[in-house]
Amino acid sequence: MKLIISAQNSSLESQVDRRFGRCTWLILFDTDTNLWEAFQNPGVSQSGGAGVAAAQFVVDKKADVVISGDFGPNASRAFQAANVEMLRFTDSTTTVQEAVDHFKQDKLLK
Amino acid sequence: MQITVASGKGGTGKTTIATSLALSLASQAKVRYFDCDVEAPNGHLFLKPEFTESTPAVIRIPQIQAEKCTACGRCVEICEFHALAQVGKNILVFPQLCHGCGSCTWNCPENAIVEVPNPIGTIERGMALENIEFFRGLLTISEPMPTPIIRQLKKRMQPQPNTINIYDAPPGASCSVVETLRGVDFALLVTEPTPFGLHDLKQMLGILSDMDIPCGVVINRDGIGDDSLRETLRDYNIPVLLGVPFDRKLAENLAAGRTLVDVYPGYRDILRELYQQITEIVGGKTK
Repeated sequence: MKLIISAQNSSLESQVDRRFGRCTWLILFDTDTNLWEAFQNPGVSQSGGAGVAAAQFVVDKKADVVISGDFGPNASRAFQAANVEMLRFTDSTTTVQEAVDHFKQDKLLK
Repeated sequence: MQITVASGKGGTGKTTIATSLALSLASQAKVRYFDCDVEAPNGHLFLKPEFTESTPAVIRIPQIQAEKCTACGRCVEICEFHALAQVGKNILVFPQLCHGCGSCTWNCPENAIVEVPNPIGTIERGMALENIEFFRGLLTISEPMPTPIIRQLKKRMQPQPNTINIYDAPPGASCSVVETLRGVDFALLVTEPTPFGLHDLKQMLGILSDMDIPCGVVINRDGIGDDSLRETLRDYNIPVLLGVPFDRKLAENLAAGRTLVDVYPGYRDILRELYQQITEIVGGKTK
């Protein structure tokens, strides 16, 4: 299963970013292989429509689940249309690795 | 003559000066007042127009004709505002992000996009005090984009000889202010002698320099704050055309919907003189 997590930096040890559209990095993590890859968020530098730009990227990567602090109305609409599940960090999720662990433990918020 | 009254910082007195300037000039020329602060217009509180016309302000947004669309994704790629997204074979349209530029329609290889009007506000017109022709734009609450309304508002009335168009700008130094300034002869900057006033005024001076629009400054609440505003204006070689002293009686009356020239009629002559200075600066520039 492919997860995409919003992060402040480009590794599993990075702090998560609670903003979706304006996060700096999007970390793709495959739970079947445990392989991961970091991508710069194409939405971060947009003057507007950052949520849609980031969502389009996630959809194009064929992610099954997207994990962030929250999602705006435009990104939510795109994810609903694409059947990408949106999950939210818990208060104790600090790093990308923890976000992955919390996903596996089913602790993330719907 | 077209004059935009702008400030940078909000609450410095743009509308105070713009409305009284309009009233002062109404006896010598045909004056049109445009309230371009479409997110929070307030010129009507002072000039008391009776609105007789209201037209919807619309932008044209794309509608995808599913039977023609091949989901090639060209429209999504071309849209720099991310108002379109592609999910599988479907194209999603996000009307609130759309600027109505038409690029998607133009670039669609299948002619699968038609444009439909999306109302984002209204433009109103009416006659106000002293025969001033009053226009205002009003952005519908929750709509995020003021600039198309300002553009349409300004288009309603092209400048004519012996007509003075006064545009009351929104606060700030962003797209909507630039749109209000576009094409005018002069920018009248209303500021206050405070660090905030000065900081935002400098942003305005940068914009005006880029747009090549001459300007002059009205210092409102003159006497408070410090001298750094006047010193900076000297350095930039920007003329101070008027100082309006800080005055509690004036503030109370403005809050009650009265105008500067109503409270202090002597400002009528002062503002006519200010207009004279503006025509000299504008005339000197075109020579």
